[in-house]
Amino acid sequence: MLSLALVTVLAPAAAILLIGVIRHPRFAEFLNLAAAAISFLSALPLPLLTAMRGPHVFWGGAITVDRLGAWVQLCTSIVYLLSSIYAVGYMRMLGEEERLPRFYALFAGFGLTTLVGPMMNNPGLYWIAIELTTLVSTFLVAFERAAEAIEAGWKYIIVVSGGISLALLGTVLSYWNGSFVLGPRYDMTWASLARAAPHIDPMLALLSFLLVLIGFGTKVGLAPMHTWLPDAHSEGPAPVSAMLSGALLNTAMIGIVRYLSLADRAGVGRVSHGVLIALGVFSLFVAALFIVRQEGVKRLMAYSSVEHMGVIALGFGFGGPFGVAGALYHMLNHSLNKSLMFFGAGNVMRSYGTKEIGRISRVGVHFPVMGALWLAGAVAITGAPPFGLFQAEFSTLRGGLATGEVFPVVAMAVLLIVIFIGFLNHFRIMYYESVASQAEEPRAVSTWCVAPMWCALVPLLLLGFWWPNALWNYFGTIAHVLGGAR
Amino acid sequence: MVLTQLGPLAASIFSLIAIASLLLSFVMLGSHALRHYLYAFGAQSWLIAILSASVGYYANFPELYLIAILTFLFRGLLLPYLLLRVVRRLAVPREPIEILRPSSSLVVGALGVVFALAVAHNISAELNLAGTIAVLALTVMLSMKLIGFLILAARQEAVSQILGLLILENGIFLGSQILVPGMPLLLEVVILFDLLIVVVCFGVLVRYLMAHAGTTSSRELRQLVG
Repeated sequence: MLSLALVTVLAPAAAILLIGVIRHPRFAEFLNLAAAAISFLSALPLPLLTAMRGPHVFWGGAITVDRLGAWVQLCTSIVYLLSSIYAVGYMRMLGEEERLPRFYALFAGFGLTTLVGPMMNNPGLYWIAIELTTLVSTFLVAFERAAEAIEAGWKYIIVVSGGISLALLGTVLSYWNGSFVLGPRYDMTWASLARAAPHIDPMLALLSFLLVLIGFGTKVGLAPMHTWLPDAHSEGPAPVSAMLSGALLNTAMIGIVRYLSLADRAGVGRVSHGVLIALGVFSLFVAALFIVRQEGVKRLMAYSSVEHMGVIALGFGFGGPFGVAGALYHMLNHSLNKSLMFFGAGNVMRSYGTKEIGRISRVGVHFPVMGALWLAGAVAITGAPPFGLFQAEFSTLRGGLATGEVFPVVAMAVLLIVIFIGFLNHFRIMYYESVASQAEEPRAVSTWCVAPMWCALVPLLLLGFWWPNALWNYFGTIAHVLGGAR
Repeated sequence: MVLTQLGPLAASIFSLIAIASLLLSFVMLGSHALRHYLYAFGAQSWLIAILSASVGYYANFPELYLIAILTFLFRGLLLPYLLLRVVRRLAVPREPIEILRPSSSLVVGALGVVFALAVAHNISAELNLAGTIAVLALTVMLSMKLIGFLILAARQEAVSQILGLLILENGIFLGSQILVPGMPLLLEVVILFDLLIVVVCFGVLVRYLMAHAGTTSSRELRQLVG
């Protein structure tokens, strides 16, 4: 199990080294793709193994492979693989051949740091992993070197670094709180903090949870700390946007989930869950406002990420078997679906040469196959059946009703409907409205850019029809371990 | 518990260093010249290094001597030097326009300290630590947090924003030396290295900002809205 978990992160690490030695664009492309494939193949059996053998810690408690971490690693490695395939086609369109090795080294570094985060058994090292994801991805966001891209990169690094310094404060205060129970010197692990949690001071526990929530919440993109997200997602190259949205946000979310479980054990679960639910509803609200009036196609997808992170926050906030299962299932489906959406947006943006929704027209006519995939993805991401996100959101709503949170459930349902209408209206414009002055024919897109869309849509459809029973049990165990009881 | 067993001499040394560091963040808050920020930051880092060493000595945590040396080298010498290079390259010796004048920001900063004191007082009372060094450590930690965010919000020059972030980190580091001296060594060392990478990344980005956006003032970076 340890070797598999290590291979997931060693593959991208090896790729970085080799790309650094042999600076050749085609070779870098291939190495990154191979690393992503190896990561994916070794992350695939991890949830199964943890389900069979239970969670394990390795290397004197530095590394943990538990159900929650294995699940997030799987989601991350899927996005990493899909966006590496996509990047081959997309990055060739940019015409930056000589800078490609650097791009792929950074990209593999981004994959590495997002895969390492869930494995960290030490909350402090987890924090470091999250901080490193920011540093690496800033340069990916700013890769195209346009003034807007640099601005987005700068805003991203400043807002997120400021935000997660609060999470560091929360981490230090948690450790301090534990030192009253376990003595001044003890191993800082999730398990030791959980062991101390029932005996620690509740007020300080609540304060540290709130600091961590705001801190990692900035990274997750929960409103009102989401301000960096639309800029970074819209200005980076499309494969980077997919990684930011589908992989990074999940990795940051599990930090919140782990601290939430500590807060539960410390007896401050009610307030903590309440605040998380409030942030979730507010994220949905902000996303709905900006989705309805959006003009940029990639910003539309970015606000949709704010929406979906809000839904996941609601799922964990509701807690209980349904809420947690909904949130975890949502992570997987959102990873697949948002990658699909960003791939489509990147293709359309490159072939029409614009990011404005109003200037993109008749996608379905110009691109019958790719257009159909993207449209199906749009229907899926708004939570319509028969796709996976419908199942996940439905389970989250059930979780909310089961715990008696009627108002947030109603608000979530209403806002999801608003987003459904607003989001698909933009697609109506791009597909069925004819623009008077279509200057030139859109450029064709390569197979590299369409194939990963297939790879994302087919499982989405499958997951919509069939939620395997084994997964229910898997999520149920996670919910139980987290201690969803308030 | 370490905090309650300190002798009066150790407690006064710790308090003195903590208060002096807080005052230095007010120096940063109240000055125009970018260079002065850097000197104040460097001095603050030296104080923190001295604090680490004295906590190591009085509370018997020998590993803190290593932290003290690394803090002195990284935070006290290397970071200010790297930032000084950025400032030289920028040719912006002072903050041009202030959203909040230095005098007003001093007042706001002072209010922040009062708020931090109130929070620290409540927490310490809850933990039966009222009257110990913990109150002061928490106050300084939270005030430096607030002052750092104030600088981030009110200053617009790229270098000032980096320094705002570094004050946030210094505050946490200072507080954690007093509150949790037993924190795993590995973690503190990694955080120090991490800080170095952060500053290098910022330096590169500032260069990009100058070359491709033509400005390093966040006031002029407003193309992305909505």
